[in-house]
Amino acid sequence: MTDPNLTPDIKKSSRLPEPVIALRNIVMFLLKHPTSAYGLLVLAALIILAIIGPLLATHDPYLQDLPNALQAPSGEHFFGTDELGRDIYSRLLYGTRISLTIIGIVTIVVGPIGLTIGTVAGYLGGRVDTVLMRITDIFLSFPSLILSLAFVAALGPSLYNAIIAISLTAWPPIARLARAETLTFRKTDYIAAAKLQGASGFRIIIKSIVPMCLPSVIIRLTLNMAVVILTAAGLGFLGLGAQPPLPEWGAMIATGRRYMIDSWWVVTFPGVAIFCVSLGFNLLGDGLRDALDPKQLNRR
Amino acid sequence: MKSMSLENVRIQLGSAVILPDVSFDVKAGECFGLVGESGSGKSTVLRCIALLFSNWSGDIKIDGKSIREMAPFERCSTIQMVFQDPYGSLHPRHSVRTTLSEPLKIHKLDNHQERMEQAMIEVGLPVEFLDRYPHQLSGGQRQRVAIARALILNPDILLLDEPTSALDVSVQAEILNLLVRLREEKGFTYIIVSHDLAVVDHMCDRFAVMQQGNIVEVLPRSAIPSNDATAPYAKELIEASLVYERNL
Amino acid sequence: MQEPNSKPILSVENLSIRYRGTPQDAVRNVSFNLGRERLGIVGESGSGKSTVGRALLKLLPTADINADRMQFQDIDLLKTQEKDMLHVRGRQISMILQDPKFSLNPIQKCGPQVAEAYRTHVKCSKSEAKAKTIAMLESVQIRDPQRVYELYPHEVSGGMGQRIMIAMMLLTDPKVVIADEPTSALDVTVRLQVLDILDALVRDKGIGLIMISHDLNLVRNFCDRVLIMYAGQVVESLKASELGNAQHPYTKGLLAAQPHIGGSRDPLPVLERSPEWLKDVKVI
Repeated sequence: MTDPNLTPDIKKSSRLPEPVIALRNIVMFLLKHPTSAYGLLVLAALIILAIIGPLLATHDPYLQDLPNALQAPSGEHFFGTDELGRDIYSRLLYGTRISLTIIGIVTIVVGPIGLTIGTVAGYLGGRVDTVLMRITDIFLSFPSLILSLAFVAALGPSLYNAIIAISLTAWPPIARLARAETLTFRKTDYIAAAKLQGASGFRIIIKSIVPMCLPSVIIRLTLNMAVVILTAAGLGFLGLGAQPPLPEWGAMIATGRRYMIDSWWVVTFPGVAIFCVSLGFNLLGDGLRDALDPKQLNRR
Repeated sequence: MKSMSLENVRIQLGSAVILPDVSFDVKAGECFGLVGESGSGKSTVLRCIALLFSNWSGDIKIDGKSIREMAPFERCSTIQMVFQDPYGSLHPRHSVRTTLSEPLKIHKLDNHQERMEQAMIEVGLPVEFLDRYPHQLSGGQRQRVAIARALILNPDILLLDEPTSALDVSVQAEILNLLVRLREEKGFTYIIVSHDLAVVDHMCDRFAVMQQGNIVEVLPRSAIPSNDATAPYAKELIEASLVYERNL
Repeated sequence: MQEPNSKPILSVENLSIRYRGTPQDAVRNVSFNLGRERLGIVGESGSGKSTVGRALLKLLPTADINADRMQFQDIDLLKTQEKDMLHVRGRQISMILQDPKFSLNPIQKCGPQVAEAYRTHVKCSKSEAKAKTIAMLESVQIRDPQRVYELYPHEVSGGMGQRIMIAMMLLTDPKVVIADEPTSALDVTVRLQVLDILDALVRDKGIGLIMISHDLNLVRNFCDRVLIMYAGQVVESLKASELGNAQHPYTKGLLAAQPHIGGSRDPLPVLERSPEWLKDVKVI
């Protein structure tokens, strides 16, 4: 270990807030490796297309044009038309919004819930831990698709019900992860010092434990996004998620599969979109795992 | 300046008795050492005093008042602790500023900037270091921050758990000097755990030798160079250190 | 003590080590000879002392090791390929590490680990290896070697674990032993025992010992010669008995900065680091 007495002083000019510097370091790291750069680009593309998608669309995604149904890809319809004559390219673009909505809502719901339950269970231990973990076990034991089916059957098929159903089964792994991390960190001296200063359990969890759990949870959430996309597509495919005429990619494959043999473009392009996004999140999650390694985070 | 006394402190976990019966007194303003080998229970005693372990029976009193009867905030501003490992005692994601201002916020004190600067000056660190993070500090600098954190609530009693054993010799000298100076200036009472009798000899007035959770003997500092211990284990321990130090 | 006319067992000239991707050498201009003696390498963290020890056994896969000479008897260590180093490590040059908790395999019993290490280098049957192991455990003063043979590392104390480590490393009759902070993780009373055992074995077998430590007292009492390292270079080299007359300001500062039993209660003299010490040392 080098003797940091020989470390030069930090220049006063680099006084950006720490989170901004950390974010910049992470992005630079990710861009250096082809796989994680791809993942980052996919995420960026998804966000950009969700915002400006409608400007790039060539047709109204809901406009039916039956005489032109099942047209092959051409100059006018880049990805061809579906069975109702709608432009697939434009539908794909509008569909990015739906995909982003699904991922966004699930992550925003699942992250905080899992983190809260996990850290509280890990820190307090005892009966609270047992009760919370048994509840987690109950949700963990449901296969997500089956629970979603049950949920949607009860409440009726719609995009938002599908999102809620996916969220219900996505939080337990996060909770377990957060609890495992909390168990390691709660024995450290800096937590003991915080207790000695009279910090309440609540304060310790929020200020000291959560920041240490965040890297693992973020990585897990990112990897989860790939699964969420696939689950949503699966539900859409089963007719339980987004309902027609919403241009959700899974639903597009479902309705198009009857015409698959003769009109390959109807299912291929939505399928490729799902594949690219899912793969992108997987690679991003992998890259984040290396980028958020404490040794990387601490380089300036 | 406050005194402390431990009376019949005992911890038992299941069938394992960690501390059978620990009793000793520390005079106001004294530097009291706890010496022993690994597993002797010396760090456990410290954690009991700090109430990091709360499942002990018996009593610990400060100036006659039991620590269990003290309000938590009163305890915090009476007893503070400096830990052994400088790399584990500071939160890696908190800047020095956050580390020092947390206790001030919890106790709702005012004048944060002034108090923090004062603490930094007292431990000999430049005020600019407030915006540094632990990974930008050396071991000795981190330990100074840990001491500043302990000082910022103006305690009376400092518990020191092997404060220099993880540091290089040259850095150890600086930290020991700092601790001695602070005690002279502010009249702290120190309870210092150490396995190194040279450190105990340098800093302490009296010390207790512990073995397997028991206090074997309490001795004045003068007993070390001449090995005046009467209990056989204490004699053995001091002898080993003297042999280790002796010149060829 | 080294016989003045004998050839050194280990000869190192101008050793420099740089971790790939770092701007500066971690170690540079290091030269020394080792005979049948005990050589101490002392330094603080970051001085490069452990790096030197590992470089001798070529245990630094991410570093470039350069030297004018790195000769162990008639083997040129610099040119030796990895597959040949396997015959050197543990057989001709052994290494004792700091903490037996981390250097012994926790899921294997102690005895079989030692026996297996022996059988890697010496062709013999399992029962022969076991017999040799038990004999060796006895020679490191483990009173009940048959029982300890069957214990797991977590069931033995630190001192005993370190003795088992010594047994493992000396069983193959190496010519050189590198001990990297062998007693730092041990209590004072146990330290002396372990050092006595190591001392006796090294003397009996005429082994060259390199003792790497941050503890000046230890090295002063135990070694014949001492090298003081600072920031990757050897700043002073002298006989252990003459440490009191050290010349280099770093050595003097280090000696003065330590608290001593019976010493004064005045503030300890603080080491003032001078940038002069970072300049290249003249190669001897």
